[in-house]
Amino acid sequence: MMQVLAIFIPIIAAILLPFLFKQVRAIHTGWFVLLVPLILLGYYLTFVKQTINGQSVVATMEWIPSLDISFTSYLDGLSILFSILITGIGSLVVLYSIFYLDQTKEQLHNFYIYLLMFMTAMLGVVQSDHVITLYLFWELTSISSFLLIGYWFNRDKSRFGALKSMMITVAGGLMMLGGFVLLSLMGGTFSIRELIVQAPSIVTHDYFVLALVLILLGAFTKSAQFPFYIWLPDAMEAPTPVSAYLHSATMVKAGIYLVARFTPIFALSEVWVWLVAGIGLLTLLWGSLFASKQTDLKGILAFSTVSQLGLIMSLLGVAAMAFHVEDAAGTIFKYAGFAAIFHLINHATFKGSLFMIAGIVDHETGTRDIRKLGGLMSLMPVSFTVALIGSFSMAGLPPFNGFLSKEMFLTGMLSVKEFDLFNFETFGVLFPILAWIASVFTFVYSFYFVFKTFTGKLQAEKLPKKPHEAPIGMLVSPVILASLVVVVFFIPNIVGDLFVKPAVAAIQPFLYDSPDEVDIAVQAWHGFKPEFWMTVGIVAAGLLLFALLPKWQKIYRVIPEWLSLNRLYDFIMNTVLDTAMERFSSLYMTESIRKYLTYMFAAIVSIVIGTLFFKDAFSLSFENVSPIALYDVTLLIVLVIGTLTTLFAKSRITAIIGLGAVGYTVALFFVIFNAPDLALTQLVIETISVALFLMAFYHLPKLGRVEERMRFQVGRALIAFGVGAMVTLLALSAHSQKLVESISGYYKETVYSLAGGGNIVNVILVDYRGFDTLFEITVLAIAGMGIYAMIKLRLSRKEKSNENK
Amino acid sequence: MRTNNLILQFTSKFVFFIIFFFAVHIFFAGHYTPGGGFVGGLLMSSALVLLVIAYDLKTVQMILPVNYMYMTAIGLILALGTAAFPMFVGKPFFTHFYDYFHLPLIGKTSLHTAALFDLGVFLVVVGVTMTIIQTIGEDE
Repeated sequence: MMQVLAIFIPIIAAILLPFLFKQVRAIHTGWFVLLVPLILLGYYLTFVKQTINGQSVVATMEWIPSLDISFTSYLDGLSILFSILITGIGSLVVLYSIFYLDQTKEQLHNFYIYLLMFMTAMLGVVQSDHVITLYLFWELTSISSFLLIGYWFNRDKSRFGALKSMMITVAGGLMMLGGFVLLSLMGGTFSIRELIVQAPSIVTHDYFVLALVLILLGAFTKSAQFPFYIWLPDAMEAPTPVSAYLHSATMVKAGIYLVARFTPIFALSEVWVWLVAGIGLLTLLWGSLFASKQTDLKGILAFSTVSQLGLIMSLLGVAAMAFHVEDAAGTIFKYAGFAAIFHLINHATFKGSLFMIAGIVDHETGTRDIRKLGGLMSLMPVSFTVALIGSFSMAGLPPFNGFLSKEMFLTGMLSVKEFDLFNFETFGVLFPILAWIASVFTFVYSFYFVFKTFTGKLQAEKLPKKPHEAPIGMLVSPVILASLVVVVFFIPNIVGDLFVKPAVAAIQPFLYDSPDEVDIAVQAWHGFKPEFWMTVGIVAAGLLLFALLPKWQKIYRVIPEWLSLNRLYDFIMNTVLDTAMERFSSLYMTESIRKYLTYMFAAIVSIVIGTLFFKDAFSLSFENVSPIALYDVTLLIVLVIGTLTTLFAKSRITAIIGLGAVGYTVALFFVIFNAPDLALTQLVIETISVALFLMAFYHLPKLGRVEERMRFQVGRALIAFGVGAMVTLLALSAHSQKLVESISGYYKETVYSLAGGGNIVNVILVDYRGFDTLFEITVLAIAGMGIYAMIKLRLSRKEKSNENK
Repeated sequence: MRTNNLILQFTSKFVFFIIFFFAVHIFFAGHYTPGGGFVGGLLMSSALVLLVIAYDLKTVQMILPVNYMYMTAIGLILALGTAAFPMFVGKPFFTHFYDYFHLPLIGKTSLHTAALFDLGVFLVVVGVTMTIIQTIGEDE
């Protein structure tokens, strides 16, 4: 219970914040917020000693028991690793934001409420064992991220970025919900643990690949994989603490988490291996190529995040290959899973620190434009050191943790070509080559980031502020992260034992029964193996490219702007969804009642006649037909003449008289068919309505009134004919197949004995079915009042408009 | 413009009462022979319309100072009340009661609560028809 409640602690704490912000103005609200992730961090660290033994802790809180929906917190190696990342980096980010955001100038209560909301959502995502509540928290991350990106909501770009990220991640989230529903239909349970157990039977199901693709769409949109990465660079309009927290360390890793969590279910499929590994690699390459094009510090970091996430994703894809290999624990495929988790930790540390540095540079110089920056090294020595550590780690240089995971990444990629399933023996060679190229460009943009900012000439006149070192409080968090970068390099195996191995055991339960069996030791020096020579090549090529950067950076301009995916997004949003949809709507929404009536009648005719035809429902029988008398024929002729007169009359008054004739003939039909009440009513009502028609006719405007015949139009004639045919066919069929006896016999027998009357019609109206009559007179009353209101209110409006003139 | 419609006005004085009584008759006869509240109401309003045609709206309004909106409302309330009354004596909604009574002057008569409901219908029909005609007639 406590374990489930811990997820909700941040959002509960958020309720108190506005009061603290309004009442305690002297203390920065962030200090109160800082307590929450710190406490949670301590709480989750207590679970580590259980997870290193391979144990998992489950707690459940019922939500909707009748639908089998519950909040289930499942803590194993993978989720405890993510929980610690979320709360740990969360604490550092809150600490950083205390100095970054000004208590007096910013709406801090909003900021921290969104941030705490996000923290709850993220903890929920990584701990939920129930797919529906996982989806709930997943969408909550999208919503809180939307709020945080749009934090400075009076800027156009913030709103645009927020909307874009919302659109893309929510679209993916909905796909993922579909995948979850299919998955739980196949497995008969919502619990991920139980689904993993059933994986071998699910894999043959018809829905399997569909569910796989849908869930991957959710993961790819959230983790900014190709081609959905486009929201991430625009999300950089958020305050820097948000970028550091959400868009480098936590939220974008939700997709990674999802892929890792569902690997035991889906890894049996070829589609999964190809999609995850292939898209990951493509994203890695694409992001690294575009990062060195950016001129905005956070833009570089955004593309580098995209690229690094692709790296982790491709490693997870390779890790899934281990399913298909016999004795995987003895081969080199096992490295990929380890490398993925290890790089995930490393990336969170160095990318978090780099974002904070970008924020510091922005805060102290007033700009993030790399073209205006330079020569800050001597002015901001601490920031420079941290940036250097972070960048070198990102580039994969020793003695930083990025080096270790980059080496393992290369090992993983080199293993791909030995995989002899699913055509990997032919295409597998591409993997290490592409990975190498991407690593070279990673090296280039890492250097680009740090050296263009901190070395070179200081362009003081271009900077909005006079640059100086950041306050100590702002530096604490990046320094902690940077020291972690270094520390992890020297003690990789302690980190491996504590966090990586339990997580790997959770991702690959088929390989290892407990984390102790993961027999991978990280080595900084592993001999003159191919990986080593590849790294040497990366450094050499990277240095060369970086030195020549000004010469070849122009190439990016050659790539036409309109080819970019952002253009595609704008095209879909503006042209397809806005303009084209509006045009499409205005195609049929013509505001002409005539058109709408045409649609309706055409639809009714085609539906009814279609049903008659396809269901073979038409039948014709003349069994219960009464003989036709002379009166009937005469009246019918009169009726037809009246109708034709109305249709073809040149003047309106003829049409009205024709209509009246039809009405009176109908009254005569009522007389013939023994319905005196109906005949009486019909006569009186027909008289009144003809009188009303005449009055309406009399009041027609004199101007532009041309007496002319109704124009003939083939389409309308067809539809009119169709409706007539439909009603005729329907009536004939209905008459020919009466299924039940009429109930009129009952009325005949009981009209005097039960109801005390003689006129069946009237007794039905006021007694048997008085209810109908009650509401019919209500309809009459409403009609009367409506006419009264229309005429009287119109008059008063006229008077008012005259007054205005 | 207005000519002296002496013949029309004089005739309508008589015809009004003929239609009036016919309407009342058809209303009361409804339960056993063709007729009832609806037709009765319509005939009654036609009698009133005849007066309106022969004289004019203001004169008729002076002779019969009736607010037809109120008439409609009273009719609705009467109909609903008749329908709802059985609920207070433990019977389902819209149960009618009838029996034979010895009334002074008329003698043995059948009285039926359905007639009250029909009276509601009658009043609504007269009220609505007259409202419509009056409103349109007064409109310039």
